[in-house]
Amino acid sequence: MLTAEKLRQQDSADGISRRALLTGGLATGFLLAFHLPLRAAVNEPEQPKDATDGKFAPNAFIRIDESGQTTLIMPQVEMGQGIYTSISMILAEELDADWAKVAVLHAPPNDKFYANPVFGLQATGGSTSIRAWWKPLRAAGASARAMLVQAAAVQWQVEPASCTTSKGEVLHAASGRKLGYGELALAAQGETAPKDVPVKDPKDFVYIGQPLKRLDTPDKVNGKVVYGIDAILPNMKIATVAACPVFGGKVGKVDDSAAVKIPGVRKVVVLEDTVAVIGDHMWAAKKGLEALKIEWNEGPNAKLGTKDIWQHLRAAIEKDGAVAKSVGDIAKGLASGDKFEASFELPFLAHASMEPINATVHVRPDACEIWTGTQIMTRVQSEAAKAAGLPVDKVIVNNHLLGGGFGRKLEPDMVITAVKIAKQVGYPVKVIWTREEDIQHDVYRPVYRDQVTATLVDGKVAAWKYKIAGSAVIARWLPPAFQKGVDIDAVDAAVETPYDFSNFHVEYVRAEPPAVPTGFWRGVGPNNNVFAFECAMDELARKAGKDPVEFRRSMLTKSPRALAVLNLTAEKSGWGEKLPPRVGRGVCLQPSFASFLATVVEAEIDDIGEIVLRRVTSVVDTGIAVNPDTVKAQIEGGLIFGLTAALYGEITIDKGRVQQSNFHDYRMMRINETPKIEVTVVKSGEAPGGIGEAGVNAGPPALRNAIYAATGVALRRLPIDRSLIAVGKKA
Amino acid sequence: MATTLTINGEQKSFDAPPEMPLLWVLRDILGMTGTKFGCGIAQCGACTVHIDGKAVRSCVLPVSAVQGRPVTTIEAVGNSPAGAKVQKAWLDLEVIQCGYCQSGQIMAAAALLSATPNPDDSDIDAAMAGNICRCGTYVRIREAIKQAASGRQS
Repeated sequence: MLTAEKLRQQDSADGISRRALLTGGLATGFLLAFHLPLRAAVNEPEQPKDATDGKFAPNAFIRIDESGQTTLIMPQVEMGQGIYTSISMILAEELDADWAKVAVLHAPPNDKFYANPVFGLQATGGSTSIRAWWKPLRAAGASARAMLVQAAAVQWQVEPASCTTSKGEVLHAASGRKLGYGELALAAQGETAPKDVPVKDPKDFVYIGQPLKRLDTPDKVNGKVVYGIDAILPNMKIATVAACPVFGGKVGKVDDSAAVKIPGVRKVVVLEDTVAVIGDHMWAAKKGLEALKIEWNEGPNAKLGTKDIWQHLRAAIEKDGAVAKSVGDIAKGLASGDKFEASFELPFLAHASMEPINATVHVRPDACEIWTGTQIMTRVQSEAAKAAGLPVDKVIVNNHLLGGGFGRKLEPDMVITAVKIAKQVGYPVKVIWTREEDIQHDVYRPVYRDQVTATLVDGKVAAWKYKIAGSAVIARWLPPAFQKGVDIDAVDAAVETPYDFSNFHVEYVRAEPPAVPTGFWRGVGPNNNVFAFECAMDELARKAGKDPVEFRRSMLTKSPRALAVLNLTAEKSGWGEKLPPRVGRGVCLQPSFASFLATVVEAEIDDIGEIVLRRVTSVVDTGIAVNPDTVKAQIEGGLIFGLTAALYGEITIDKGRVQQSNFHDYRMMRINETPKIEVTVVKSGEAPGGIGEAGVNAGPPALRNAIYAATGVALRRLPIDRSLIAVGKKA
Repeated sequence: MATTLTINGEQKSFDAPPEMPLLWVLRDILGMTGTKFGCGIAQCGACTVHIDGKAVRSCVLPVSAVQGRPVTTIEAVGNSPAGAKVQKAWLDLEVIQCGYCQSGQIMAAAALLSATPNPDDSDIDAAMAGNICRCGTYVRIREAIKQAASGRQS
């Protein structure tokens, strides 16, 4: 399954001009970010132009051959989040497919059929996959099933309504007849898709809601899985790169006299801001690169430091922002009551997916072929076309399973660089970034400064003014979505509060950090919102003299789902039970990505301020959990991802360059630091929410609040500064 | 320089500079891509293989240091009882997410179980702390090692 080769064969056999069955109807419950006036991505039905070769191909997502083999085409990419399995479950559910006969294929680049309805672009990110595709894929499955039923009914001369389906068969109970989907494939291909086929009542689900085994994992225990970095082609060489260490700098002079003498070095390629060495293998390329003498033109950013970036951001937030939301009368609300004000800061972060960024490219006179793992299939294709100087339809993109994405692979830069290198030679080149280059030439999670001004009256929040300053990633990445000066991602979980705030005002100040490129990082905008929001809530609770859970609870009268997960988490975490000195519990409640998540972290802070994570308890209401085990795994992993950032994550800049380089100075949490994590997925009939990123946002504020409870120190920036929480330090 | 190694029970001959790390011999010369590149400085464990049955980081291991010592990689770890148990437990408990680090995790866990059939939490910490998982599968890795050790079913 899943090989690029297989997909290419299939595509050349059938073409990809499937009729797309559906319009891009969105699931309900989207956050503001997804109420965009974007073009519906999936177009009106059209007839397939191609011969089907014995296959039933009712739409862009389903192919059934005469043996009953059911191949599902994946519009979203698999980077560990389990989406291939969940998407297959949705399609198989409404199709009544035989799960044992299901195989999956990567979709080729094609926005017409496979664009994520949220973005209007074939992109995987923002915890949108299930929300965006829930309705279209259910309809696709149901319609295909109806065509198979029609084909059987014609053959049996019975009413379609007298037929049922189960596990890849159409059944006619009255006569005891049945036909497999494979046997019906050819006949069904001649049927017209009926309009508005009803989808199943959730009580009839057989796959959705079950912890089915993942389709992608068996090949991941034995080395068989092929990631982009594993591509091997005839006559392929390996390259590695050095980009100018200073942001915005260029290559000056390159002396390659020593490098070209190293056995196995084939060629040195000099681009505008990057030098590459191509070799027979990575070792030759690396040795060659080390042997180069490169003079860089460092350019205007050669003196830039972290301090300058913070000065810039702290000045920016003093400006008035664009109003993202305003309810009640904020000026009046802030004029009376017990006033609180605090600012919270988050650092730059690198993605550091375990598979370092890479791309393999073969530029031929008439075509450019790419092997990589990307979250943005069509954008990679169009950007590669520009770099290669070829029409878009001459660029072939072979996607792979991703060795982690986390937002890094929502950017095409690695592919563009690889195309520029491959253009200089006639053979395929696999370009691999070393870990050092990967960390130092990332597209970083922006620095944020968030300011909360609030008042308390009778122990409750009477007014809440929240101002966010940071990079507008949306403005660069999806320009039509950047409207009226508000980055809808940066304020996503700020404007959607579950709390009953009668005077509530959110502003956004766009502040692009000098020189440092910014991008999406797992958890995206809610990274900053949930942290500032839930840290401020804890400080307000203390000011009001209330228990943090009780304080939140008292303001959740209009959000029963939020209240329910908070209550259950408090119960399961032993909230309120006595703890030893310097051990604390911290809570975080968040509605993000249309899921509700409550988390309690229990942590111990030793005398020198080192942190031991003892226990994490989370309860999530994500609506209908397509695969509850995947939901659990995403929360577990997301928590660790977020806690890693809280404990260690910070990219700093000195002399215009990133100071961190590898896992010794850009640390990751390890198994010995990992606490017990207990995740409960509550049963819900609501529309499915996003889940891949929610846990990321929960870890940092819950840990920070645990430290606040244990030490009394109200930390206001990440990563956690141990020197502030050693014994003897006071808030 | 012509070198011959025993990898997964087979003799493999190739030309490589003696200081070339085993990782790149496996991946770029022999085409055995199951062993992964993660950091290049023995900080993440993605490149873990077995030499004489012990877990080592192939990204910093010169190929000259391996001669005459049997190498096992992820492609063949399932041939050993410990390796097969680990693979099964990994799937039973659905440990894996992106999977990129998991070749290394499985190699480290299989080596642990070969040497210490019933590891406690501190044994697991000691054996597995060198392997980074960015997806955060550590909770399930610990549970899967215990399941593989006990032979119990999920």
